[in-house]
Amino acid sequence: MKTAVIRIGWRRGLIELRQSFTNGADLFGHFLWPVLMLVVLFFLRDREFGATGFLLGTLALPSILGMNAAMGMVSMSQQLTADREDGTLLRAKATPNGVQGYLIGKVVSVAGGLIADLAILLIPALFIIDGLVAGTLGSWLTLSWVLLLGLVATLPIGAILGSVFPSARAQGLVQLPVLGLIGISGIFYPITALPTWLEWIAQLTPIYWLGLGMRSALLPDAAVGVEIGDSWRHWETVAVLGVWAVLGLLTAPAVLRRMARRESGSTVATRREKALQRVG
Amino acid sequence: MLKVDDAVIEVDGLRMRYGDTDALHDVTFQVWPGEVLAVLGPNGAGKTTTIEILEGFRMRSAGRAEVLGVDPAEGDEQWRARVGVVLQSWRDHGKWRVRELLAHLGSHYAAYSTSEVPRPWDADELLAAVGLTNHAGQKIKTLSGGQRRRLDVAIGLVGRPELLFLDEPTTGFDPAARYEFHELVRRLAAEHRTTILLTTHDLDEASKLADRIMILSAGRIIAVGSADELTRQIAGKDEVRWTLDGRRYCEATTESTAFVRQLFTRYGEGVGELEVRRASLEDTYLSLVRQELVP
Repeated sequence: MKTAVIRIGWRRGLIELRQSFTNGADLFGHFLWPVLMLVVLFFLRDREFGATGFLLGTLALPSILGMNAAMGMVSMSQQLTADREDGTLLRAKATPNGVQGYLIGKVVSVAGGLIADLAILLIPALFIIDGLVAGTLGSWLTLSWVLLLGLVATLPIGAILGSVFPSARAQGLVQLPVLGLIGISGIFYPITALPTWLEWIAQLTPIYWLGLGMRSALLPDAAVGVEIGDSWRHWETVAVLGVWAVLGLLTAPAVLRRMARRESGSTVATRREKALQRVG
Repeated sequence: MLKVDDAVIEVDGLRMRYGDTDALHDVTFQVWPGEVLAVLGPNGAGKTTTIEILEGFRMRSAGRAEVLGVDPAEGDEQWRARVGVVLQSWRDHGKWRVRELLAHLGSHYAAYSTSEVPRPWDADELLAAVGLTNHAGQKIKTLSGGQRRRLDVAIGLVGRPELLFLDEPTTGFDPAARYEFHELVRRLAAEHRTTILLTTHDLDEASKLADRIMILSAGRIIAVGSADELTRQIAGKDEVRWTLDGRRYCEATTESTAFVRQLFTRYGEGVGELEVRRASLEDTYLSLVRQELVP
């Protein structure tokens, strides 16, 4: 029974993934940011970063990958809210094992879409940017575990945020703090240049550690000099992302269940009316 | 398995309270296997609350409810597989293709297939049954309102439910779409012996589709019966109008035929411009609902 549900959910995820890569609007979304980032990286490719001897583009690329990976949290949250608003979730609820299948599908499609987006950025970037150590087995291994652990840490948080916020409109509010956290997470600016208290806040978020992990995977060892404690801090990365993962995985099922329990035809109808009023 | 004489839905003393207002007071009724019951009432009468409690989507405040022998508040996935819910769709799964979604949702039911009830219903067969074969490969968001509704019904049926819930199924339909939809529901009830509970505020729809009509007003059942029974049962009076010696007369009576016979016996050819207006269910319904509204 359980394996049947996982199989159905997996299939749902693949169908959604295929849909999102075969329609114009979604494709535009998949390519817009990577292309913009690539353009920026292209112009930065020859600029040196301070006196470190490193190129700015080289330092920036892994950080951007880390940030994009963390954004899976936002898309998870947005998709959940949207699916609640348009009745997708209620339909899942009316189907046996539907909510489980739906959630498995969502994880597969969000994670799959994210990995595809990262590849869209990383593969061309490897041709533009010098000084990465992307060729080695070790770098791919590090990249894989950081990404995997990062997804396990961030997607449940996204699911919780998506369950808590009542409408797609309120979802907009989620983006602001996330953008703020990205700003201080050492992705655009070495974290060691920030005031200590901001440094601490940043280090509580998974975003910082995803960026650090990506840098540790793709930058040569000498680049560790711009990081806190002159170290890639892999153990700390595992610890912080691990704590987020555990917290998220423990909390998300209850929050999701509560949200699903509240769904009914009339709640969807009420939301529909509100949304239509906004349009009209 | 249900016995023949077991009610599919058994509701006893159902109450629903929102804050300090009662949306349902002491609602008691049964639905029998193979029956089509229409819950009729004006907006805000408690129809949707009732159906959502029975669908297992809403917790009741008090009373007993059993659907297919199970309390819907505790219905598990096995129970869920036996119940079909036709939701009022909006724009969910807009990117999916018609057949793709139907087959996917159907796959959820495969684990609940039995030798008596093979599940799910084959997607192509089902599309043919609701007249969507030509749209199987179309994206759902490109369907018209009526087509979309037929897909909703197909989704509600894909698990071959023993019981089907339809909440205001034809709201926003044009007359042609409404007619087609009624045909479909009648076919289901006749060919598949599906038990159906539907809500509507349209009396015409209720009398066309249902074996029995239950009128709900302000959270109370105010009448139950077939369309004919309701007409007879409740105060509906026929109206007889005639002229005699140039004067107009009008009389309301429950026995219009006998009254007219008497009229002729007494006045013979003096009676002119005779007109008998039979009490219609519509008048009955309106007078019932009006009585409830004016305390």
